[in-house]
Amino acid sequence: MQVTITINGQTVSRDVPPQTLLVHFIRDTPGLTGTHWGCDTSNCGACIVQIDGKAVKSCTQLAAMVDGHEVKTIEGLEVDGVLDPIQEGFHEQHALHCGFCTPGMMMASRSLLDENPDPTDEEIRVAISGGICRCTGYKNIVAAVRWAAEHEAPIKQEV
Amino acid sequence: MQTPAPCGYERASSVDGVIATLAERGPSTRIVAGGHSLIPMMKLRLATPEHLIDINDLHELSYIRQEGEEVRIGALARHVDLLRSELLAEHFPVFADAEEVIADPVVRNRGTIGGSLCQADPGEDLSAVCSALKASVVIRGAGGERVVPMHEFHVGPYMTAVGDAEMLTEVRIAIRPGAGSAHEKLERRAGDFAIAATSAAIWINGGTITDAGIALAAVGPFTIEATRAEELLRGKAPSDELFTQAGAICSEDSMPAADGRGPVDYKRHLVGVLTKRALRRATARALQ
Amino acid sequence: MATVENLPSPTHERPVGFGRLKRKEDARFIRGKGTYLDDIRLPGMLHGAILRSPYAHAKILSIDTSRALEHPNVVAVMTAKDLETLGLAWMPTISYDTQAVLAGDKVRFHGQEVAFVIATDEYSARDALPLIEVDYEPLPVVVNARKALDPDAPLIRDDKPGKTDNLATPTWEAGDEQAADRVFAEADVIATRDIMYPRCHPAPMETCGMIADFNPDTGQLNIYNGNQAPHVHRTVYAHVAGLAEHMIRIQCNDIGGGFGNKVPVYPGYVCAIAGSIVAGKPVKWLEDRSENLMSTGFARDYIMHSSICAKDGRITGLKVDVIADHGAFDSTAQPTKFPAGFFHICCGSYDLQAAHVKVTAVYTNKAPGGVAYRCSFRITEAVYLVERMVDALALEMGVDPIALRRSSFIKPEQFPYETTTGWTYDSGQYDKTMGVAMEIAGYEELRREQAEKRARGELMGIGVSFFTEGVGAGPRAHMDILGLSMNDGADLRLHPSGKAVVSLSCQTQGQGHETTFAQIVAEELGIPPEDVEVRHGDTDRSPYGLGTYGSRSTPVSGGAVSIVSRKVRDKARLIAATMLETRPEDLAWEKGRWYVKGDPEKGALIEEITQRAYSGEAMPEGLEGGLDAQVIYDPPNLTYPYGAYICVVDVDPETAFVKVRRFIAVDDCGVRINPMIVDGQIHGGLAEGVGIALMELISFDEEGNCMNGSFMDYLIPTSMECPDWELGETVTPCPHHPLGAKGVGESPTVGSPPAIVNAVIDALHETHGVTHIDMPMSPARVWAAMQGRPEPPQ
Repeated sequence: MQVTITINGQTVSRDVPPQTLLVHFIRDTPGLTGTHWGCDTSNCGACIVQIDGKAVKSCTQLAAMVDGHEVKTIEGLEVDGVLDPIQEGFHEQHALHCGFCTPGMMMASRSLLDENPDPTDEEIRVAISGGICRCTGYKNIVAAVRWAAEHEAPIKQEV
Repeated sequence: MQTPAPCGYERASSVDGVIATLAERGPSTRIVAGGHSLIPMMKLRLATPEHLIDINDLHELSYIRQEGEEVRIGALARHVDLLRSELLAEHFPVFADAEEVIADPVVRNRGTIGGSLCQADPGEDLSAVCSALKASVVIRGAGGERVVPMHEFHVGPYMTAVGDAEMLTEVRIAIRPGAGSAHEKLERRAGDFAIAATSAAIWINGGTITDAGIALAAVGPFTIEATRAEELLRGKAPSDELFTQAGAICSEDSMPAADGRGPVDYKRHLVGVLTKRALRRATARALQ
Repeated sequence: MATVENLPSPTHERPVGFGRLKRKEDARFIRGKGTYLDDIRLPGMLHGAILRSPYAHAKILSIDTSRALEHPNVVAVMTAKDLETLGLAWMPTISYDTQAVLAGDKVRFHGQEVAFVIATDEYSARDALPLIEVDYEPLPVVVNARKALDPDAPLIRDDKPGKTDNLATPTWEAGDEQAADRVFAEADVIATRDIMYPRCHPAPMETCGMIADFNPDTGQLNIYNGNQAPHVHRTVYAHVAGLAEHMIRIQCNDIGGGFGNKVPVYPGYVCAIAGSIVAGKPVKWLEDRSENLMSTGFARDYIMHSSICAKDGRITGLKVDVIADHGAFDSTAQPTKFPAGFFHICCGSYDLQAAHVKVTAVYTNKAPGGVAYRCSFRITEAVYLVERMVDALALEMGVDPIALRRSSFIKPEQFPYETTTGWTYDSGQYDKTMGVAMEIAGYEELRREQAEKRARGELMGIGVSFFTEGVGAGPRAHMDILGLSMNDGADLRLHPSGKAVVSLSCQTQGQGHETTFAQIVAEELGIPPEDVEVRHGDTDRSPYGLGTYGSRSTPVSGGAVSIVSRKVRDKARLIAATMLETRPEDLAWEKGRWYVKGDPEKGALIEEITQRAYSGEAMPEGLEGGLDAQVIYDPPNLTYPYGAYICVVDVDPETAFVKVRRFIAVDDCGVRINPMIVDGQIHGGLAEGVGIALMELISFDEEGNCMNGSFMDYLIPTSMECPDWELGETVTPCPHHPLGAKGVGESPTVGSPPAIVNAVIDALHETHGVTHIDMPMSPARVWAAMQGRPEPPQ
C-alpha cells in the first residue's frame, strides 16, 4: 500500500507492505538511518522520533498508521547547518559514547524541552526513562539536557 | 528486529464503520489504537491478525469531561492525557498515581485507556483503577450500546466482555461526595509491569467509610476485585489497623503466580503492604 | 626561525595533549550520521535469518526446508548438511573448543542455531522461518552446573570422541593449597560463604551482525562487522574458510557498544560468509534482541565456595573453589594459559600470606560464553568474591569493614608487589584512595545517620568495595589468544602539512579513541588533536593487534602510540639538528618544538621539521625522508588500576525494594588522558553494576528454557535507578607504562556490584540477621533473605 509521511519537512511516499514498521520506513529512506532500533519489545527507546511533535517509539507503530502525519527524526534537529541546543548539549557534556541510543535520547529530550523549557533533573530523568543507555550511566545525559535548557532560554526569550 | 507477519490495514472513519468491518471480517481482525500492546505481540508473533483497523482518526473518542455527575473518558484518551487531566486530578487522583508508573512517558503518548482495558493484561494498572472506582464501560455493537460495570468486564485472562464485533467507546465514573483514591504499585524497575499493585478508592462521609473499592493488579489471571476487603471497610471509621486487616484479606484473596517477578508468598505479602498504603493515601485525600 | 609564540596555544577548552577535550567523533553521532551495521546497504544484498531451537537438548531427527524454499522471496536455506560440504558445520572457538555453526546431530541449548534462511528482504526472511519444519526428539536437560558433574548427568558434548563427562576444561589451580591450609590453621577468625555470581549479559544497544560480501571473481571477502577484535577474526576466518588473510577485509565502522559481546565469532557470522560464497551476493545477518540475549556470549555464571581468615586483626588467607558454567560450548575469551581468566587475582588488594584457588569448568545445556560484560577476564568475579568475603570476615570479627580493609592493604612501599597467586601489582596508594572516598561520602556522618534511622525502623545500608584489577593483556612471554601474541601495533605518519595519521589495532565501541589517541600524539608531539586522524576498524588499514576488551586499549595501544610518537620525535630531533645547524644533543624538547638549549628562541616547530622531512633539502646523514614510524608494543606487565567505592542504599522495610541513594567512586587509573572520558567510562560501568546487583539475570527453567530473552525480562537500569554518581580520583602513575596510564574501562563494573551487595547486607544484618544475598537483589529475593531464607538465583 502507498504510505506518505512528511519526514523532517520532506514528503516521503512509498509502496510498502502494510505490516512495515515505521522505524523501517524511516530507515529505508535515503539519508535517514539515524533512527535506530535495539530491541523487540519497545523497551530500549533507540527508535524514538517525534510524530506531530510528540515523542513516539517508531518501532511500535506501523508506517501505515502514520500516513498523512509529520515525523521528525534526529536528522531534522539541525536546521540550515545550525545545531539544535540538544545536539550541542550532548556534545558539550559528553552525553554519548557509542552513539547508538543517542538519537532516541535526543528526541525524547527535545520533546521534554518543547513542553517544559526549564525541567528539574528529576523531570529530565523521567523524560528519558523510556530509553536505555548502556554506556553513559545517564549523569551526563541529564547534564546535557540541562545545558540545552539553559542555552535555549535566551533564544526563546528573543523570539 | 522481530517483524510482524503480513497483514492487511485500513483506517476507520467512524465507530459504526469499525463495528461493521469487525462483523464482516470476523475475529482475525483486530482494532489498533495506541498499538503498544498489539504491535509488540505481532512482532513476537504472539498475535497474528490478518487485518487491522486503525481507529486513531476517531478523534471524537478522545475526551475527558464531566457530564452531570459523571466523569466520562473516551476510549481513545491517551495515558498522557489521563496523567495531566485536571478533572481527573480533582476527582480521581488514582489515575495520575497509576499513570506515573504505567510504562514510560514516550509510550504514554500513544497508549489509550480503551486499548489498555481491552488488552486486559492481568498486570495492567488502569483495569485496577477503573475497577476500584466502580466505573462502567460503554460497549457498542451492531445492536447499539450497552453499559457494563467493571465487575462484569473481566471474564478471563486477556478476555473481556467486549464481543467479537463490538468496541469499547467510553468509560464512565460516578462523582460521589467524600471520595479519595490512590494507586500503589511496586515494580522491579521503572517501566516494568507490576510485581503487585493495588488501586483503592474510598468514600468517607461523617467520619465513616460509606463505600470502598479495592482492585488488585498482577496477582491473578485478571484484575481482582477485593470485595471481601471492601465489605470489611464499609461502615467503619478509617484507621491504620483497619487498613492492615483489609490488606490481609486482599492478600488471602489474591491468586498470584510465581514468576520472574517473585514467588507466591512474596507477592501475597506485597498485596497486603500495597493495599494498606493505598488505603492510607486514599483516606488522606478523602479527608482533605 | 620559530619562536615560543608560534607554538599551538592550548586552552582549557582545547588542550594540546591530555585534558578535558570534547570528542571528535561526536560530530557524526549527534547528527544521526553514524555508520552502524544496519546502516550499510550494498547493491543486491540479501538478508539472512536464523531458525533456532526451542529445546535445550534434543536430537534432530529431520529438517524439512521445502516449504520455506517455496516462499517467493527466499533464495536459499542452509542447514548443517550444506555447511558440512563447505567444512563449516563446526567452527573453532577462542578457547580451542569447537562450536556447531548449525546444529546437525542435536541441539544443545535453547536458541541454538539450526537453519539459515536467505531472502531478498528482512521481513521475508523472518516470515520464512516458521515454514521450516524440524523434527526433534527431546533429551534430558541439565542446566544446573553442579548437577552437570553428576555421573548420571546427560552427556552434552558427545560430539567429542571419547568424552564421558561434562567437564569443559581441566581443573585449574593457582596459589598454594598447603600454605593456605597452614595459614587457616593458625587463624583467629574464619568466615565461609557460598557466593554465586549469576549469569548476566552485556546486552549492548546494538545487537550483533555481519554483512559478508564474497566476490567470486576476485576471491576477495569483504566483511562489515561490529567486532572488538577484527584482526583475530580475520585470522580465524582465513583458517576456517581456507582464504589467505590478505583476501579478507573486515571493516567495523561504528559499533553500538561491545562490552565483550562483540568478541566471539558467532555462528551467524559463519552463516553469512557461507551464504555469500554460495549465493555470490552480499548477505546480511543481523540478530534481534532475543537472539542476542539467548545465544550470544553471556557473562559470569560462577558458583563459588570460599573461606577467608584473619589473624591479629589482619586478613591472612583466602581459599576459593569455583564451578564455572560455560554453557554448551566453551567459547570464552582469555589468554591461552589462563582458562579461568584472571580470576586468581581474587587475592585482592590485601597483603595475604597465602591463597588457593581452584576452578572447575563445566558444560551445561545453556548458551555458550562466560567471559564478557566488562569483566577483565573474570576479574568481576574475583573482586566480587574477595570483597564479599572481606565483609563476611568483618561481620564475623565485629569490626568496621573499612577498618578491616585498611589494616590489611598492601602498602605503597611494598610495590611492585607479588601476590600469593602470581601477580605483580605495579603501583598503588590504597589507603590514600580509601581516605578520599570516605571523605567524599562523609563516612562518619553516614554511620551516624544510619544509627538514627535504624532506631526509627528505617533500613539504610553503607557498603564499601576496594578493588585492584589487572588489565592491558599482555606480555608475549605469558599471554596469547589462539597462539596470537597480545601485543598491539601503532603506525604514525606525519604528512607534509604537519598533520598526522595514527593507525591503531584496538577497536573503539564508544570509548572515544578518535579523541584520546589523538591526544596521546598531541601530548608527545604537540600537534593539535584536531590535526591527528585516528584510523582503526579496518583490517586493511590498521596494524595487527588483539583488539579492545579487558581494558587493554590504553595500556597496550596507548603504550604503542606513545612509543611510536617518541620514535617520530627522536627522528625529528635529528632533522631539527640539521635545520638548526647544531648537534642533536644540544637540543631540548618542549611540546611542539625542538630548541637549542643555550638559545631557546632558536628552535624548529614540528610542522617545520615535517616539511623539511618531505622537502628536497638535505637530511641528516643516513636518514630517509618522510616522518613516520611503526611499532609493535609488548607490555612488560599488566597494569593495575584500583579504586575505592562506597554505596548508600535504602531498603523499604515492608516491600524490600532497594534504592541506591548514593554511589561514591574514587578511581586510580594512573595518568588520565582525558578526564571527561574517564569519568564517562566510570559512570557507565557503575550503572552496569547497579543492573547486575539489582536486576540483571539470565535464568532457565527446568526444561532449559531461557526465561530472559527480551528487555521486558532482562532488566537494564534506566535513568530512574541510577543515582547522581559522585566521583573522585587519586593518580598513582604506572611505573612501566610510557604514559603512566593504566586504563579504566572495566573498573567500575568490576568494583560496583560488591559495594551494592555489601550495602544491602549492611542494611539488613543487624535487624534481620542477613549475612548474604545472591544477586540480583530483586525485592522478592531481598524479602526472602529478610525472612531468613535467602534463595540462590533461578
